[in-house]
Amino acid sequence: MRLGEIVTAGVLAILSIYLMWKSTELPVGYIAGEGPGGGAWPFWLSGIMLLSCGMIALNWWRGTSPPSQSDEPMLDGYGWRMLALVGGGIIGFVALVNIISMYGAIAVFLLYYTRALGRHPWTLVLPLSLLTPIALFFFFEGAMTITMPTGMPFMDPIFDIGYEIIY
Amino acid sequence: MLLALEPLNLMLIIIGVSVGLFIGAMPGLGSVNGVAILLPVTFLVPPSGAIIFLAAIYYGAMYGGAVSSITLGIPGASTAVATTFDGRPLARQGRASLALVTAAIASFIGGSVANILFTAFAPLLASVALSFGPPEVFALMLLAFATFVGLGGDDIPKTIFSICFGLVIGAVGFDEISGAPRLVLFDINGFLQGIGFLVLAIGVYGIGEMLWTIEQTRGEVTKTTPKMTVKGMAADTKEAAKRGWKGTTIGSFLGFFVGILPAAGATPGSLMSYGVAKMLSRTPDEFGKGSPDGVAAPEAANNSASTGSMLPMLTLGIPGSPTTAILLGGMVIWGLTPGPRLFVDEQEFVWGLIGSFYISNAAALLINLAFIPLFIWMLRMPFTILAPMIFVLSIAGGFAATRDMFDVWLMVIFGIGAFFLRKFDYPLAPAVLAIVLGPIAEPTLRQSLLLSSGDPSIFFTRPIAGPITVVALILIFLPLFKYLRRKKAQAAG
Repeated sequence: MRLGEIVTAGVLAILSIYLMWKSTELPVGYIAGEGPGGGAWPFWLSGIMLLSCGMIALNWWRGTSPPSQSDEPMLDGYGWRMLALVGGGIIGFVALVNIISMYGAIAVFLLYYTRALGRHPWTLVLPLSLLTPIALFFFFEGAMTITMPTGMPFMDPIFDIGYEIIY
Repeated sequence: MLLALEPLNLMLIIIGVSVGLFIGAMPGLGSVNGVAILLPVTFLVPPSGAIIFLAAIYYGAMYGGAVSSITLGIPGASTAVATTFDGRPLARQGRASLALVTAAIASFIGGSVANILFTAFAPLLASVALSFGPPEVFALMLLAFATFVGLGGDDIPKTIFSICFGLVIGAVGFDEISGAPRLVLFDINGFLQGIGFLVLAIGVYGIGEMLWTIEQTRGEVTKTTPKMTVKGMAADTKEAAKRGWKGTTIGSFLGFFVGILPAAGATPGSLMSYGVAKMLSRTPDEFGKGSPDGVAAPEAANNSASTGSMLPMLTLGIPGSPTTAILLGGMVIWGLTPGPRLFVDEQEFVWGLIGSFYISNAAALLINLAFIPLFIWMLRMPFTILAPMIFVLSIAGGFAATRDMFDVWLMVIFGIGAFFLRKFDYPLAPAVLAIVLGPIAEPTLRQSLLLSSGDPSIFFTRPIAGPITVVALILIFLPLFKYLRRKKAQAAG
């Protein structure tokens, strides 16, 4: 945790400097008769973020914050595995949206999570993974008239059936 | 007033409230979606019925916003952000029914107080609202921030970082004053449209918080939510009245006052009410850990403010929120002209609409209470089913709100980032609040300074802005003085 605390503060300090630099694309000073320029608000706030990172680093050096006193690892074996399986699952889910549509990705994600991680029986997994996207399709496309990504062209025939029912 | 009691209008109220409740409970969807989508449907009924129907949806959605905040831990709309702070901890302690009942009752009382104030003082309050210019609104935003200074916890640098991060993220997109692109990060065009509140809120609460829960509990979340019984609900009602009355009172009045201001609306109203309720509480330490007052204050306020925001729309023709802007558009389409003459020329319509507020509010309470067992049942699902469902609703709801996969990716990045920051005790609620209030605060600050030719004394010399600014500054610096005094005392011995 102790190493993680200073690394995080360092990363956030770099982010703050980047935001300050990016803000300077617009005037960051006080324009006489007008007040602050367009970049002043984010520039000075990012500056305060940078100062805060300095304070966090100082507290780390003095060992006053709880993470800086801790010798525990930031994540143990379970934590990293969880992050890879669940976090990776979410990234996979979002990546699939443009390929097999939002509803297809929902079905695959639910199937993956409830079967591979939840270890639920197929009798629960299959109805849940199939009925949830169907219900969401009729809710979003039918009731709310919100069109979700339909994925690549090979998914079109499936959507045609759904749209025929709605319209 | 009898107009609201006509059978067709009563039916429209019940349907509107039910639909609104369901839409409001979906993360990413809020009253604005419901009202906008169902606007064309209203052409099938007379104009009075149409506006009553839309107002009922608005009410229902305000009640529904609390449902996703409490049960899923995702503030589906900005008006329900503060409800998450205590609603979610209560749900985690197995007290979701108490949180939901408290939210329902507080919403009802907030709505009722607002209706009475609306009925009695509409023209007078409209003139007060009109006297609020950019300096007054900025002072009010400063006050809203000030009431939240204590929200972040003990680590002051991390809290300050979190607030500033939210404010900077809220500034991405275009500079509202000059119209120039600003903070287009890594020159990616997706940032031109800005980063919405929902992107950060769903990322932090829907993804980051869930990852944190799974990691902390090692995936074995104990189900503590008891079955919902009539007896249990009665006990919760009694407890909600006993432990939530103070927050309800504060939220009802403060929410209404902030709601009537054209540039403010229900979100600052609910945030300020939460902060003030915490400041005035005898047990402020309970806030953030599951205080019924912490649920009651924002819920009473957002309902009260919703009614309040109708006031500038009807009396001045100025919409106080995106939803009232759509309602305003609807009224124009139906041949009604909002403004001071409306109360003279269309008396039957105006009083019928106000009457429908009372009926919608009562209907929303009853329908909401009837649905609470269903919401509780959702929480009794195994965690390995509930968790993926929350992820699915976060992603699908997030897309529905922004219609852009770029924002969905940002949500995932914010979620994973929030998980790591949480590991190192960075408070994330202040960032979410800042992204809501920042886009109101910055333009009003700069408009004020343009008005005064760059002279900052405008915030101190105007009769309304001056006292609010002074109070806000005292509240901001008070914790710092206390902190320094404590440090000095510790150093002394």
